[in-house]
Amino acid sequence: MDERTLLDVLVAASALTLASAMPFLYSALGEVFSQLSGVFNLGVEGIMLMGAFVSIYFASDMGLDAGLLAGVLAGIVTGAVLGLVMAFVSVTMHADQGISGIGITLVGRGLSTTLFILLADGVLLVESFQPVRIPLLSDLPILGDIFFNQNVMVYGALLLVPLTAWLLRRTTWGLQIRAVGQNPAAADAMGVDVVRVRYSAVILGGAMAGLAGASMPLALTNVFQVNMTAGLGFIAVAMVYFGGWSPWRVMVGSLLFSAAYNLQIWVQVLDVKLFGETIPVNILLMMPYVLAIIVLVFARDMQRFRPQAMNRPFRRGD
Amino acid sequence: MPFLFLVAVLSAAFAVGAQDPIRVAIVAPSSIRDLSWSQSIHSSLKELQEEMGGESVLHIAYSEAMSSVSAASETLRGYAEDGFDVIIAHGTQYGTSIFDMAHEFPNTSFAWGTATDTGSDRGINNVYAYQAAAEEGGYVNGVMAALLTETNVIGAIGPIPAGDVRLYIGGFTQGVKSTNPNAEVLVVYVGSFSDIAAGTTNGRTLLAAGADVLTGTSQVVVGAIEAVRSAGGYWFSTQSDQGDVWPGTVVSSQVYNWAPMLRDIIGRFQEGQYGGVAYKLTLANDGLRIAFGTVDISPELLEAAGQAVEDIVAGAVEIAP
Repeated sequence: MDERTLLDVLVAASALTLASAMPFLYSALGEVFSQLSGVFNLGVEGIMLMGAFVSIYFASDMGLDAGLLAGVLAGIVTGAVLGLVMAFVSVTMHADQGISGIGITLVGRGLSTTLFILLADGVLLVESFQPVRIPLLSDLPILGDIFFNQNVMVYGALLLVPLTAWLLRRTTWGLQIRAVGQNPAAADAMGVDVVRVRYSAVILGGAMAGLAGASMPLALTNVFQVNMTAGLGFIAVAMVYFGGWSPWRVMVGSLLFSAAYNLQIWVQVLDVKLFGETIPVNILLMMPYVLAIIVLVFARDMQRFRPQAMNRPFRRGD
Repeated sequence: MPFLFLVAVLSAAFAVGAQDPIRVAIVAPSSIRDLSWSQSIHSSLKELQEEMGGESVLHIAYSEAMSSVSAASETLRGYAEDGFDVIIAHGTQYGTSIFDMAHEFPNTSFAWGTATDTGSDRGINNVYAYQAAAEEGGYVNGVMAALLTETNVIGAIGPIPAGDVRLYIGGFTQGVKSTNPNAEVLVVYVGSFSDIAAGTTNGRTLLAAGADVLTGTSQVVVGAIEAVRSAGGYWFSTQSDQGDVWPGTVVSSQVYNWAPMLRDIIGRFQEGQYGGVAYKLTLANDGLRIAFGTVDISPELLEAAGQAVEDIVAGAVEIAP
């Protein structure tokens, strides 16, 4: 360890930062669609859990052995179905969005646990997506090891950032999503089908949460475990607030949070001293969350980007 | 008269045949297939059930993944109200619930762990406490890890720095240092029992830091074991036998064998004693076992492990995690 340079540590920590940010980047980007359309989906956590279980059950040779791609698709479809449920409950039935989301999370948590016990007998392993070195770019000093030696699902998460920004800013559908989230009555008067647009945004958000769940066993852990998302879905929702509903800022938030977690691991590994004393582990483990709270406080200005109709069911004529 | 005698004999036989089974319930914080803490108690109870003659003699019920203490408390009470004979609260966090309800169900045996408090000093006589001397198997695993490492860097992962985790990692570190003073043990804590993605990240970080042999405790490490497997390194397990799941990676597992303790608790229950004993699983009392995986290991390493076990059992080594 002694001969390890600070640069080595930073490169290793940065590469792992990207990989560990992947799940909540996928789910936070999906939540951007949902919230911008006016639907606050707190069910992300449960959808991720279901996506994680179904995807590895499809992909693993201890499950259906249908391959990694089938696993990813199964995770997406599962997420989309749960997104449809969320849309039905919150858009069609006008139920309280916060409560509906918590309900979806509880169902996802319970159902994934039950299915894992019933179908998989407790052990599901998979040979996950392996790192793919991008020719030439992966040979770049420092950057090559950080950015260009990841697996396809990490690349996918990063590529979804500009794609999401483009969809929301440059397409008619994106404009409609933002319109029904800001002022659904005005959008309705302009002939936009508010219900249809909200359904599409929430279903897409669900599909991306399912993809986020799939990315955990298929591109990070190689294994499923009960309640394995451990609150990542809620962190993803916080990232959307932090990022002021902008895909780019959501990415920055996700990477910052992930970097803080990875750096504190290195502080533990290197036994970094503060005033000659080892820093208590519990303090270190709190740091990413403390950072998130501090950032959220300072990011309160982002509230000006908040979709005005979020959390408000739309009824024509109200 | 002969008829009455026959009826009496048949009645007695029927009464014996229809004797109610002992009913044991477990409330566990994680899945009973978590490959670690919760699985260890469930497997031990199943083993005991088989030994005693099956479901008709020993009835088992369990509630798993009870991460919410309040929900667990309601479940424990439910088992007590349903008339279960022995109720095992398999987590330190359930202690308050047990002591809250123990006096309401004086003919029910409660057991909880990791703990040493039976409440007998407060007049409670139907609570057992239990713990595992995790440092013992940790020491044995550490001795082997020290002989296996080529980089002289060994990693250890735990969920939080407390209780059983500290004991195991402390014993492991001492085992490494006693065998190879040049080897370094890097210790990291994940901060969660269920966030296996973070466990994976911690494992990968240790590998990036040069570790070629890793160990870890609790269900949070399953992703880290996968990370070690992918990197071609070795892993030492604790709590449950993980050798079957990761055959080429797990060198040995310290297995918690709760069966002798459970057998004793049931025996005492049948004799009308409901609590008051604090159990400790050790290598000496067969509560801890070292199970080897299928990794090819040298005779020297096997011998060193055997010697470490002998020394611990004989009290020749003082492990102070």
